[in-house]
Amino acid sequence: MITLAHFIVLGAVLFCISVAGIFVNRKNIIILLMAIELMLLAVNMNFVAFSRYLGDVSGQVFVFFILTVAAAESAIGLAILVVLFRNRATINVGEIDSLKG
Amino acid sequence: MNLPWNLILFYLFAGVLVLAALGVISVRNSVHAALLLVLTFFTSAALWLLMQAEFLALALVLVYVGAVMVLFLFVVMMLDINTEQLREGYIRYLPVGILVAAVMLAEMLLLIGVKAMAIPAPLDPGGTSNTAWLGNALFSQFLLPFETAAVILTVAVIAAIMLTLRKRSNTRYQNPSAQVAVRARDRIRIVKMESSKMENSTVKEAPTP
Repeated sequence: MITLAHFIVLGAVLFCISVAGIFVNRKNIIILLMAIELMLLAVNMNFVAFSRYLGDVSGQVFVFFILTVAAAESAIGLAILVVLFRNRATINVGEIDSLKG
Repeated sequence: MNLPWNLILFYLFAGVLVLAALGVISVRNSVHAALLLVLTFFTSAALWLLMQAEFLALALVLVYVGAVMVLFLFVVMMLDINTEQLREGYIRYLPVGILVAAVMLAEMLLLIGVKAMAIPAPLDPGGTSNTAWLGNALFSQFLLPFETAAVILTVAVIAAIMLTLRKRSNTRYQNPSAQVAVRARDRIRIVKMESSKMENSTVKEAPTP
């Protein structure tokens, strides 16, 4: 019998993996975007699990909206990435410092 | 002999999911990372099917594996990236990353309280098919957020196009409105003139072949 705890723990493991990915791949924007997608997937896993085990549809509706926003986010993020590469010829986070922040 | 197939499938998919996610953040090649991310999404769609969230599982496969990951692969292959330069600092930050992730995981597991959450699934989610269950909620209770999501997608499409649109000075292109608005008298001019006739016209010699 699969219980709620199985899915919650799996979501937590997935989230921690993506946090570690953001730490270690801090130079490569593409891998950073992929790690963000993994984080959203972990959150979605929790939403679906709670929705299923509490019998409430709101969780799955929320996952629907998260998918929408994540698709928009990755489309705009990759477009910005393409423009950035066209102007600076690099996607290295260390070299993108022209704002001098 | 009655094997708990649900549990076996769960552990199989969960193992594949965790290994693929670890691969995404650790492989050297960005294309391999994108392909492993495809595997991650596909496996989690299978896990959602185990939770009887059929609509969302198929939406995940269609939207993510079908569209977003193709976009990722497209961008990764289009950009000419120096991978070695981007990997610098990987070893240096590896202990910090592992430490933070392990501490976070331990804290989360403490908060979750695995024993307390060990509740079994209710038998019948919503009493009807998953798609009908989701659709009923989506088009009644969540109608305004649904339309807002549509607007967000439209904005994303327009923003992505406008960001990557590039005007070159030497491009030749058609202007459809000018083409449609053209009138005959702009293009051709009919001149009235007398028909003329040459004096002492004779039969011309046949051209020699």
